[in-house]
Amino acid sequence: MELASAQVIGAGLAAIGAGAAAAGVGTVFGNFLQGALRNPAAAPGQTTVLYIGFAAAELLGLMAFAVAMIILYAPPAA
Amino acid sequence: MAAEAKMDPMHQFAISPIGGEELIASPFQFTNSALWMMIVLVAIIVFMWGGMRRQLVPGRWQSAVEGLTGFVGDIAKQGIGPEGRRYLPWIFTAFVFILFSNWIGAMPFAVVPGAHPFTVTSQFTVTGVLSILSFAIVLGVGFWKHGLHFFSLFVPKGAPLAVKMFVAPIEFVSFLVRPFSLGLRPFVAMFAGHVLLEVFGNFVVQGLNAGSAFGVVISALCFLFLIFVNALELLVGGIQAYVFALLTALYINDAVNLH
Repeated sequence: MELASAQVIGAGLAAIGAGAAAAGVGTVFGNFLQGALRNPAAAPGQTTVLYIGFAAAELLGLMAFAVAMIILYAPPAA
Repeated sequence: MAAEAKMDPMHQFAISPIGGEELIASPFQFTNSALWMMIVLVAIIVFMWGGMRRQLVPGRWQSAVEGLTGFVGDIAKQGIGPEGRRYLPWIFTAFVFILFSNWIGAMPFAVVPGAHPFTVTSQFTVTGVLSILSFAIVLGVGFWKHGLHFFSLFVPKGAPLAVKMFVAPIEFVSFLVRPFSLGLRPFVAMFAGHVLLEVFGNFVVQGLNAGSAFGVVISALCFLFLIFVNALELLVGGIQAYVFALLTALYINDAVNLH
């Protein structure tokens, strides 16, 4: 296989992590909404925690993006 | 069929000097990044000054500014506690700078021929420096207030010694990754969003150039999607600025209060 095509395939595989992060972010907000609908009075106090969880889940998707970019734009080895 | 221009979504992030010279490794070149940073700065100054007339009954503008300062003040107070006011200047600076550059970068200035908007925060150098400043404040405050006792941040309280030995290195590494992840977040959010906008903007033009009815339909669908993504981009720009300010406050809280 050509090295360049292997690079593009690898970058595409690394981008799967973005989909996994989408599941993570959806879980965070979905579970927050479930809890918030059951006890709406307690919800406003927990938004800080919500956004920390969102940031942590999102970060892993961004890592996948960074890895994809590194693979895609890596100088071809030898 | 019109000649298809090659799609180049990365071109919008290229840093080039104003005036068409070559980019050289000199700090004294006035680039488009510097220009747009100044535009952001002017926008912030105008916005803040316009709302600081200290009227007893605030008008619309003053309410907007007071809402913004109150919002960031709440982040600092919730994150750090009563001492949060001392760190408010940096948190507010970072929040407003990231918010304004995200939103100004998403504005459709390109409808004016020759204007090339540039999102300052789509460069890791900018967000990276912001996160390094946050981290420098954390380290400075931590060692100033607690001395070498600051290292107890990495040791969980009330755990058996074996667990402590195991967890402390992990906590240390996670602490060292923080400035990287803090700077990566706003950068990648803006970068990926703008690549998406550029790609779909290209689809609109190519669909119109294709010269068939099907192409026009595709073009219209892409245009609708583009409007949606633009709205999402405004939301993401706000959330990223909020998350940056929130995490900065939490990290400073670690340094101030040590758990």
